[in-house]
Order: sequence, then C-alpha cells, then structure tokens
Amino acid sequence: MTERNRSRGIGRRQLLAAGSTAALVAGVGGFPAILKAQAPAIKVGILHPVTGPLAYSGTQARAGATMAIEAINAAGGIKSMGGAKLEAVLGDAQSKPDVGAAEVEKMNEAGVSAIIGPFASGIALATTQAAAKHNIPHIVDVGVVDQVVTRGLANTFRFGPGLAKVVDTAIANLVALNAASATKAKTVMIVHEESAFGSGMAKTLNEQLPQKGFEILETISHPNPTRDFDNIALKIKARKPDLIIPSNYYGEFVLLARTLRQQKVEAKAIYSILGGAASNFRFVNEFEDAAQYIIDCNHWVDPRKPEAAALRKKVEDQKLFFTYEVFLNHECVRLLADALERGKSSKREDITAALTSSSWAGHMMPYGPTKFVNGQNEGAAPVNTQIIGKDIKVIFPAAFADAKPVFPMPARG
Amino acid sequence: MLEFSILLPALLNGLTIGAVYALVALGLTLIYGVLHIINFAHGSMLMLALYGVFFLHALFGIDPYVSLLIVPPALFVLGYALQRGVIGRASHGKDENILLVTLGLAIVMDNLALYFWKADTRTIDTPYGFDTVDLGIATIAVPKAVAFVAALLICCALWLLMARTDLCKAIRALAKERQGAQLVGINVPHLFAMSFGIGAACVGAAACLLLPSFYVAPDVGQVFVLIAFTVVVLGGMGSFAGALIGGMIIGVTESIGGLFLGESLGQLGIFVIFIAVLLFRPTGLLGHRA
Repeated sequence: MTERNRSRGIGRRQLLAAGSTAALVAGVGGFPAILKAQAPAIKVGILHPVTGPLAYSGTQARAGATMAIEAINAAGGIKSMGGAKLEAVLGDAQSKPDVGAAEVEKMNEAGVSAIIGPFASGIALATTQAAAKHNIPHIVDVGVVDQVVTRGLANTFRFGPGLAKVVDTAIANLVALNAASATKAKTVMIVHEESAFGSGMAKTLNEQLPQKGFEILETISHPNPTRDFDNIALKIKARKPDLIIPSNYYGEFVLLARTLRQQKVEAKAIYSILGGAASNFRFVNEFEDAAQYIIDCNHWVDPRKPEAAALRKKVEDQKLFFTYEVFLNHECVRLLADALERGKSSKREDITAALTSSSWAGHMMPYGPTKFVNGQNEGAAPVNTQIIGKDIKVIFPAAFADAKPVFPMPARG
Repeated sequence: MLEFSILLPALLNGLTIGAVYALVALGLTLIYGVLHIINFAHGSMLMLALYGVFFLHALFGIDPYVSLLIVPPALFVLGYALQRGVIGRASHGKDENILLVTLGLAIVMDNLALYFWKADTRTIDTPYGFDTVDLGIATIAVPKAVAFVAALLICCALWLLMARTDLCKAIRALAKERQGAQLVGINVPHLFAMSFGIGAACVGAAACLLLPSFYVAPDVGQVFVLIAFTVVVLGGMGSFAGALIGGMIIGVTESIGGLFLGESLGQLGIFVIFIAVLLFRPTGLLGHRA
C-alpha cells in the first residue's frame, strides 16, 4: 500500500480498533436493542383466490386472516416463543387450482411455517397436495368437499365442517323445522351450479331427501356464470314447489333470488345450503327485499360470544361485510397461533404435531374444542341462519339461536 | 319435461335478451362494415361502459337510463380517440395489425379494470328493479321491457342515421370504395374514427340498458363478445337489419334451448347456429357477397 493511500483511506488496524470501540460502546450501554436477540418472525402463507371469479370471497378471506395476524402481533405475538411476530406471506391462487399449487411452491421457497386458505374446494385439493410434498402444515379455511381430508394427508387440517356434515345437518334441521310447523312442506326443487360443489350437493340431496318424505319435483343445473335466471324462475313458478333449494356461488345466487322475486314466485321457504349469498350482509344490504326470509345452512359464528360481536364491529368499521370467509380465516389464524404457543416452535413438524393434538376452545364458532381426526375438526358444524329484516339471525339449533325461525315464510306479494 | 305453459314467456324473454345482444352486435357490425376489422376490444369497451354506468349510479346517484345521455357520448369520444390515436396509427393500414392492436387493447383494458376495480361482481339496486309488466301471458321485468323497446328504437335511429345523413352516406361510401371516397375528398381517418366512435356509443347504450338487470365485473365483456360475434356472423357482417334479426334469433335460441335442454346445454344451440351459418351461408342471413 502506498503512503498516499495510507493517509487517505482507513487501514486494517484502524478499522479493527474502531470496530472494537464501537462494539464496546454498544455493549456497555449504547444500543442494547440491536444486540438483544429478537425472536424471528414466523412466516405464515395466506393463500386465497384474490383475482378471478372467486375474488370477492378470496379478498374477504385474506382480510380476515390479516386482521387476526395484526391483532395477535399487537397483543405481543407468540408469547411462548419470546413474543415472535407472525408475518403474512400473501399468495393469490387466481381462482385456479394449478396456480394455487404453484403459490405453495413459492411459499415453500419463502420458508413459511404453515399455510392458511384457500377458500375453494378445487383449489384446496391442489394446495394441500402441494403442501404435503414439503410437510407444510395446511389449515383449510372452507374447502368443504370431503376429499380434502380423506386422502390421508397428515399436513391437512380443516377447521370448518365438510360437505357431508353440512348436508346431513341441513336435512336434519329441515326435518325438525318442518315437524315444528303447522303447514308441512313436501315438494322440493333444487337449483345448483354445475361444478363439483353444486353437483355433489344435488346428488346427495336427491339420495337423502326422498328418504325423509320429501318429493323432488326437479333438479336444475346451470353453468357459471349464468346470464339470466328467467327460465329457471318460470319453471319453478309453473311447478309450485313448497321448498326451493339453491346451491350456487354469490353472483348467481343474487341473480336467482332477484329473478324469483321479480317473477313473484312463492314458496314455503327458500332453503339454501352453503348458499353463496344467503348468509352475506352484502346481499342483505343491497337487495333486502329479495333476501327476506331466505334460510341458509352455512358457516356462522356463535352469536352469543362477545368476540364475535367485537369482530363484526371491527370488520364493519373497515367498511367490509362480515361474511363467513372473514371470520373462518380469522379463527384459522388464531388456531395456528394456539398451536405455536403450545408447541413453542415454528418448525413445520412441531406445528403439525401441535395441531394434531389441538383442543382449542377459545374460538368464536358454535363448535366445541377443536379435535382433529384424520385432519377434520370433528366438532365443526354449520348452523341455520335466516335473513330477517336487515340482519342475519341464527335460527337453528336452539342452543345457538338468537331468533325464532319464520317458517313457512309469509307471502312476499 | 316439456313446459308448454311457459313456452310463450320464455319466447318473450328470449326476445328481450336478443334485443340487447343486437345492440351490442350493432356496434361490432358497424365497425366491421366500414373498417373491415373485427374489433376484439368490443367486449372490453362494453365492460368499461358498464363500469361507467355503475360508478355514475354509485357515486352520483345517476339513474342508468339518465346515463344514456352521458355514457354513449363518452364512449363515442373514447372510441374516436382510440381509433385516431392508437388503432389507426399502430396498424399502418394493415388489417392483420388492426386485429392484433384491438386484441392487445382488450387485454390491457381488462387487466387495468382488474387492477383498479378488482374482480368483484357489482350490481346496482334501482327503485324499479323488481317492478314487472304483466302482459297476461307473461310477466316481464321492467328493466328488460325497457331494454327491449330502447334497443329497438336505437336500432331504428341508427338505421335512419345511416340512410339519411351526409355523414353516414360518406361512411357507406368509404365502406364500399375507400380509394374512391378519398378521391372525392372524404376525410378518411376522420370517418374511420367516427365509425369506431358510433360503434362504441352503441355499446355505451347497451351498458345503460343492461346494468339494471345485470352485473359488472372485469371479465363481463367476454360473456357478451362471443355472442355478439355470433350475431354478426348470423346476420351478415356489416348489416344492421341482420344484427337485429340475428340478435333476436340468438336470444330466442338461448332461451328456448335453456328451457328444454337445461341452462348448460341450451347455450350449445347458439354455437351450433354459428357453425351452421359458417358452413352453409358464410355471408350470413342478410350479408352481401364480398
């Protein structure tokens, strides 16, 4: 090194001296926050269809999950892990199963400890499979199709109820409602969208309803999207069923309900099962008249729990609608947080073990403590809701109800 | 099972839908008739117009039918500007370039809509949304009845415009003989843009008539654009009367098909017609041989 360089630059000895002095100063009392070990953030994959046909549900679901993460972090993070914060790694499945699986690969690269999502059954089948390859624990928020948890994937945990459970409960509740009513409903028409969800539902209903004494007059399927429901409404009007059972996604459900109202179709009940809009405040707000008295068997919170009312207020303060996508995802994040607290580890296998032995009772759902058997939360069950005025009330089962059912519904004129 | 008691209502329903299809197709056939290009951005322009109607209602409380005074002129300006500023310049006079440019525009518009307005499906609630007209044999929703009558009136007005005014005589001259039109002093780029603008205005009018009974989402144009192409091919490329008749036929086919074959299979009829026309009458019902 030349003399000139020595005079202008910093020599090796000078650098070492300066470094040791800085370290000494910091250690003695300079910047304790820098040196004190901070618990590393725990990365959580939040994977939903936030674009494409399912974007509304996906966006709502993402909002619920991120709200829960913010609340957990604000309350001090995962306490058993030194206050480790949760860090959301957001993914968009674009309403397509293959894109969902590709997002799982990206999340694996990003080092997520667990994944929550992805709303739709078709996407869930792909993402749980992809997550299984990397042993990533995957909490399924909705994804009701039963195959999601019947393929022996040890990493998959579904918090909400599956399709078979929902349909069984819906039929049992319908029979009970009918038995308690003075005028009995006997005839049924089913209107369903034609993908795996709607067709599977229609098949099960066709098998089970006749055994309970109902006569199915006709089962009508329609594609997604459907531009016009006039013909379907005309068919229903001509056949005069006591019950109309719709099973479709949000857009089509709204269009069908509006057309039924326009064509003045009367029935004892519109009894929806996992109806796309039937338990949705957006539908109630925008089309209160068409929405009146529609009954739904769907995911819903326990209205008696104060946390549910608090979350609803928080969601509505953010100008969002309080829908099942929001609270199910909110609770899935809290379920994961509980597993992290108990397992004291962000390793994938430790989280899987903690979820497998989970008995979390602190949620706002009308379930008992969580108990996963082959990945399914055995305590999960849907409830019956009914749109009464501007509100969505739980009408069945009685243990969770905050209103009496209006069945049969009055003529809507 | 056949439902003859609802055949007439279904027929009427098909006619009301068909009138709106015709209106969407009218713009497409006008643009084809003059510019000899197939405008792939047509569905995307309908989507933009539907958002225009939606936001005018949501933000300013303007009724969709009052929007007929705002949205079609706005779409006219957009169409004129697009043809003059983008399509005309980028195509360098080659038809295949125009095709690609309109396809590119469609992709850009759809994705910008997805970025700014998300894929959410939006609807509006109007005081007359649930009102119906009882015709004895059938009950028709007021928005559909209005759409039917207005679509017919707009079709007639456009036909008169094309038949009676100097501007549209020039457009027709341009459609038949571009070089001749240039030689007699017709401003070709201006008339091209005018045609594109009028076609876009038709889409704007269709949006105002559609939204009270339909929804808007970034991909909504795709729902209509295939139907509109079928209507244009069926009626004959460049024929207004053909677009009107084609729209009605497609609407009725869809409605009656849906009634007897189910909503999913019912739409097959539309594309069977499309293929049959291409095979047996490629110029369409009222189209002229090239």
